[in-house]
Amino acid sequence: MLNAKIPAGPMEAKWADYKSHVKLVNPANKRKLEVIIVGTGLAGASAAAALAELGYKVKAFCFQDSARRAHSIAAQGGINAAKNYQNDGDSVFRLFYDTVKGGDYRAREGNVYRLAEVSASIIDQCVAQGVPFAREYGGLLSNRSFGGTQVQRTFYAAGQTGQQLLLGAYSALQRQVALGNVKLYSRHEMLDVVTVDGKARGIIARDLISGKLERHFGHAVLLCTGGYGNVFYLSTNAMGSNVTAAWKAHKRGAYFGNPCFTQIHPTCIPVSGDHQSKLTLMSESLRNDGRIWVPKKKDDNRKAVDIPEEERDYYLERRYPAFGNLVPRDVASRAAKERCDAGYGVGTSKMAVYLDYAEAIVRYGQIEASKKGLDHASEEEIIKWGKAVVAEKYGNLFDMYAKITGENPYEMPMRIYPAVHYTMGGLWVDYELMTTVPGLYALGEANFSDHGANRLGASALMQGLADGYFVIPYTVGNYLADEIHTKPIPLDHPAFVETEKAVQAQLDTLMNIKGEHSVDHFHKALGKIMWDKCGMARNEAGLKEAIVEIQALKAEFWKNVRIPGSQDEFNPELEKAGRVADFIELGELMCMDALQRRESCGGHFREESQEDGGEALRDDANFQFVAAWEYKGPSSFELHKEHLDFEIVKPTQRNYK
Amino acid sequence: MKLTLKIWRQQNTKDKGKFESYQVSDVSKDMSFLELFDVLNERLINEGKDPVAFDHDCREGICGACSMYINGRAHGPWDETTTCQLHMRAYNDGDTIVVEPWRAKAFPVIKDLTVDRSAFDRIIQAGGYISVNTGNAVDANAIPIDKFDADNAFAAAACIGCGACVAACKNSSAMLFTSAKVSQLALLPQGHPERKQRAMDMVAQMDKEGFGSCTNTGACEAECPKGISLTNIARLNREFIGAGLTSEG
Repeated sequence: MLNAKIPAGPMEAKWADYKSHVKLVNPANKRKLEVIIVGTGLAGASAAAALAELGYKVKAFCFQDSARRAHSIAAQGGINAAKNYQNDGDSVFRLFYDTVKGGDYRAREGNVYRLAEVSASIIDQCVAQGVPFAREYGGLLSNRSFGGTQVQRTFYAAGQTGQQLLLGAYSALQRQVALGNVKLYSRHEMLDVVTVDGKARGIIARDLISGKLERHFGHAVLLCTGGYGNVFYLSTNAMGSNVTAAWKAHKRGAYFGNPCFTQIHPTCIPVSGDHQSKLTLMSESLRNDGRIWVPKKKDDNRKAVDIPEEERDYYLERRYPAFGNLVPRDVASRAAKERCDAGYGVGTSKMAVYLDYAEAIVRYGQIEASKKGLDHASEEEIIKWGKAVVAEKYGNLFDMYAKITGENPYEMPMRIYPAVHYTMGGLWVDYELMTTVPGLYALGEANFSDHGANRLGASALMQGLADGYFVIPYTVGNYLADEIHTKPIPLDHPAFVETEKAVQAQLDTLMNIKGEHSVDHFHKALGKIMWDKCGMARNEAGLKEAIVEIQALKAEFWKNVRIPGSQDEFNPELEKAGRVADFIELGELMCMDALQRRESCGGHFREESQEDGGEALRDDANFQFVAAWEYKGPSSFELHKEHLDFEIVKPTQRNYK
Repeated sequence: MKLTLKIWRQQNTKDKGKFESYQVSDVSKDMSFLELFDVLNERLINEGKDPVAFDHDCREGICGACSMYINGRAHGPWDETTTCQLHMRAYNDGDTIVVEPWRAKAFPVIKDLTVDRSAFDRIIQAGGYISVNTGNAVDANAIPIDKFDADNAFAAAACIGCGACVAACKNSSAMLFTSAKVSQLALLPQGHPERKQRAMDMVAQMDKEGFGSCTNTGACEAECPKGISLTNIARLNREFIGAGLTSEG
């Protein structure tokens, strides 16, 4: 039976009560306790810094050449916090409520409440570190609004909030490196968890430059390794983002929670050809002023500007008059797919819709004319002024679009299409962020816990830093307090020897296949299966087919992959091969999870479960649970359920009409 | 398009290295520069040859991993653009493109176009932070900060640590990188208590790593993909000299 270990008592007292009664480790003992942290994004870097400050001996690992390059760096929009600086009625309760509702009632209330509670401290901490958030002329912090909320609680640093927060955490981490409290291993990849008597006691890592395998002991192991969106091959994730650490942990006994919950972001730059290696997000904020449309006629090959107003279908405004272009991410994404699948898509690939700023330019231009007191401004002047306003608000995004596509978005509508962006699923963890393997923790996007079936904008940064700065420093102590008598386990312990042997065997196998196709060939094939059958819309027949196809792909991969070079050198193809091998296995589990969840919720849309009008239909009677999967062997997984109780936020059907 | 690529190939740090030429056909104008390398590598793998090693990760211009020296310019011909955001419409059919790694004593080549930039991390370790432990911070709005200073601090903090400034500099100086961090923290009140020590220690580490001296040529600013201003170097000089004149001992 899965026990999330949520403290008893009223919601608002749980975390305070937990902190007051949690076991402590005295400073002399902390110096003897070693903690391994894998990944140096927001969750990993903040955890490494915070634990080292407390006095633990920390070893931090990242596959990038520097801890500063973890993919948290690419987050654009902002970070939520219940500061109520705007006096607009925000509170811990409202942030908690919005997050549970935004997650379509598939998140755990206790965790989400704690997240909302610590959110304000995150902003304080980051400002103290010198994170240059946007400010008003009065010198105080500026806020903006984001999707799914009615208050302004998002703090930001231009369109580079993730970069600034990560560099703050990275600086704190580097300070601890200088003080000798953290040993940093960059260009190292974790390839397995070592368990002794059922507890996590270390990892096997590969030095990516020399290719050598290394054994590292830790009294506890923290996985802060991000999400697995690259299972789809194309996503907004970095090229190196992968599931390997989490997947290896899964195979060593950590349950995987809600693997099928993925977020498809509606506004990304579409695929331009077979060479496409990744997709680029255009901030959600663009939907504030842009209008989304497709031609009313199928296969209309005219230029956008040549299609008259009455021949355009503003399908979001048509289907959702109340919310229009501002419906949540999952709804907007599905609607775009529906139009393109029906043959109304635009651009050479026909897999895109228009995001049009022409009307906004005129509207802003007229406001400027009115400000200038000019009643008879010419159309040209109005457009000129309007473009200037749009450039001020969205200039960096428009420039990025122009660089990538070679088109001028001020003159013609942008082409956009949904793309995989975030994974809500991840390793199952309890209230203390511990997985089902004692001593093994998962933080940030790598765990499943706080976003339910759909994450709200500006909440990922909040969760990563909450876990690292403010949750794990307390909860890991509760475990380590009982480990003060555990001496470092010698690296020649049979568990280390055996685990390293298994890792070595997989590397040998991969190198010896010497097949015909590159790793990317298999990754692209996997991505196509996942996108077509476990993407924005899923159905029973498709998912069953996908499982069969993935199993065949797996067999083919292990027979026919080609990896150049050798293992005792810097070999990026070998790194990719290991990651894709794990993605293939994960892909199968995602399809199984999507198959068992015969309801639609958040980003998970089962075609069998929809209302008459095509809207998603949740099934609380049968699916109000977290699906936690246990690894039982190749292609064999057992489902465990953690029932979700909603004491405070009562589930209702979302309606945007 | 059909292009000729002359790429620096070097097996490892000890290897001498040399240029190799490759013809690539069917290059689409919509490809990014790194996607051109994907296509080439896919072909090399299918031919049983060793693919070209190069650093890259986010491919949206923010992680700072990509680092190619293209036809004599760090990150290629487009201003304020990382290699990953450079697209092939910058080139014409029949062009020859020479691609090298960052070249600097402090950035040893690991393989082909991949270099070791860990010296940057060590410069940050020398003082590129504010010494505040987690959990004791005052309210974020307790100290109002002049918007002008905050904006300048942000502009300096936008550095992605790619190393283009070093690659572009004839002296392989890391002054733009170091000054960006010193400036960010010197402009903010939170950074004031440690500003003297920070400037001295970070400059000392920079010298220790083997980066050259700054002669204010400005190549770093011209090639920086994030538009980090040379003004930051002036600020660092002021911080450094001020620290030297006013510190005890």
